[in-house]
Amino acid sequence: MDLHELFVADKAAIRAGWVQELQRSSGNLAGRVTQGELMKRADEMADLLVQALGSSNDQGMETVDFAVLDRFFDEFARDRVEQGFNSEETATFVFSLKRPLFQRIQERFSNDASQLAKLSWQATELVDRLGLRAVGAFQRMREAVIERQQHELLELSTPVVKLWKDVLALPIIGTLDSNRTQIMMETLLTRIAETEAAIAIIDITGVPTVDTLVAQHLIKTVTAIRLMGADCIISGVRPQIAQTIVHLGVDLGEVTTKANLADALALALKRTGVRTSDAGGSTN
Amino acid sequence: MDRIPILRMGDVLLVTIQVDLHDQVAMQLQNDLTTQIQRVGAKGVLIDISALEMVDSFIGRLIADTSSMSKVLDAETVVVGMRPAVAITLVELGVAMPGVRTALNVEKGMALLARSRLED
Repeated sequence: MDLHELFVADKAAIRAGWVQELQRSSGNLAGRVTQGELMKRADEMADLLVQALGSSNDQGMETVDFAVLDRFFDEFARDRVEQGFNSEETATFVFSLKRPLFQRIQERFSNDASQLAKLSWQATELVDRLGLRAVGAFQRMREAVIERQQHELLELSTPVVKLWKDVLALPIIGTLDSNRTQIMMETLLTRIAETEAAIAIIDITGVPTVDTLVAQHLIKTVTAIRLMGADCIISGVRPQIAQTIVHLGVDLGEVTTKANLADALALALKRTGVRTSDAGGSTN
Repeated sequence: MDRIPILRMGDVLLVTIQVDLHDQVAMQLQNDLTTQIQRVGAKGVLIDISALEMVDSFIGRLIADTSSMSKVLDAETVVVGMRPAVAITLVELGVAMPGVRTALNVEKGMALLARSRLED
C-alpha cells in the first residue's frame, strides 16, 4: 500500500482530522476568512492532492507531479496576500495536514514496522514539499505586489511643477536611488528644454537620508542642468542632512543650497529679475 | 570634408553645429575658430549645439577645450542649447565642463555675452 492508496481509502478520515486541526488553528483568522471558505480550500486541495499522488509511482515523492497543485497554490496565495496573512499562517494551513496523516498511518500499520517507517517518511516528505510550495507561491505573490507598487511609486514620484515664469521646481519625496534619479533627471531636463526655464529648484525636504550616493546623484543632476544652460538650486536641506554631507566629506562644489523652498524661490525670482515687495506679501 | 561655418556678428562669432560632429570635423572646427578669433579680434563666441544628438567623451572634452582656448584669446564663450540626453551623457561620462558658460538658447546666450562684456 502506498500513500496514494492510503489517501483514496482514508480520505474522509484524513479530511476530518485536517478540518479539526484547521479549526483549532483558526482562532487567529481574525475574521479575514470564514471557516466555510477555509474548508472549501481544504477540500479543493485534498482532491488535487489525490490526483497528484495518482501520477506517482512507488519511487517516493520525487516523481509526484505537483503541476496541478501549483495552480491551486498560486490562487490560494493570491487570496492570502490580499487578506493580509503572513507566510507562517499560510504554511500552517498545509502543515496542519501532518498530524491527521500520521495518525492514519499509525492506526493502519501499528503492527507493520517497515511499512510504518516507509509511509511515515513519504508522508513527511510530501507535506514538507507541499509546505514549501505553498510558501513559495505566497512569496511570489508578495513580490509581485511589491514590484507593482514600486513601479507605481516611480511614476508617481517625479512631478515637475512650474513655480513662476522661468522657475521650475521638483519636490523629491522618499529615498533616492539610481533608478529614480535617472528618471527624475530626465524628466526635469526635458521640462527645462521644453519651457526654457532659467532656474530649477530641487527640493529635498522629503528625502529622509542623504548618503554619498544620493549626494553624487544630486551633483550629477545639477551639473547636467548647468550644462544645458540653466541654474539649479537645492532647497530643503535639513540640519541633520547638512551635518551628514559635511561628515561624509561630500563636496557640493558650486551647488547653491537653501534651507527651504521659500528662500530658494526668493533667490530664483531675484536672479530672473522679478521684483517682490515685502509689504503686501502677495506677488502676482 | 564637412566644415562647420563660423559666422561673424559684430565682434561675436557664431558657430552652429548642424551635422554629426565627427572627431576630424571637430578638430578642424577648433582650428578654424581659434584662427578666426585672432583674425577678427572677436570678443565673444557662441556655440550652438541644439542640433547635436550624440556626443562621446572626446567631443565633450573638445568643446570644453575650445571654450578654454577662446577664453585665453580673450573671447568669452557660451555653449547654448544642449539637449537633455547630451547633458546626461556628458555627466555620466564625467565631462562636467567646468568653466564653460552655458545658456538655454541662442537668444539667452547672446544676452549673456552682452552682459559679461558690460561687466568688463
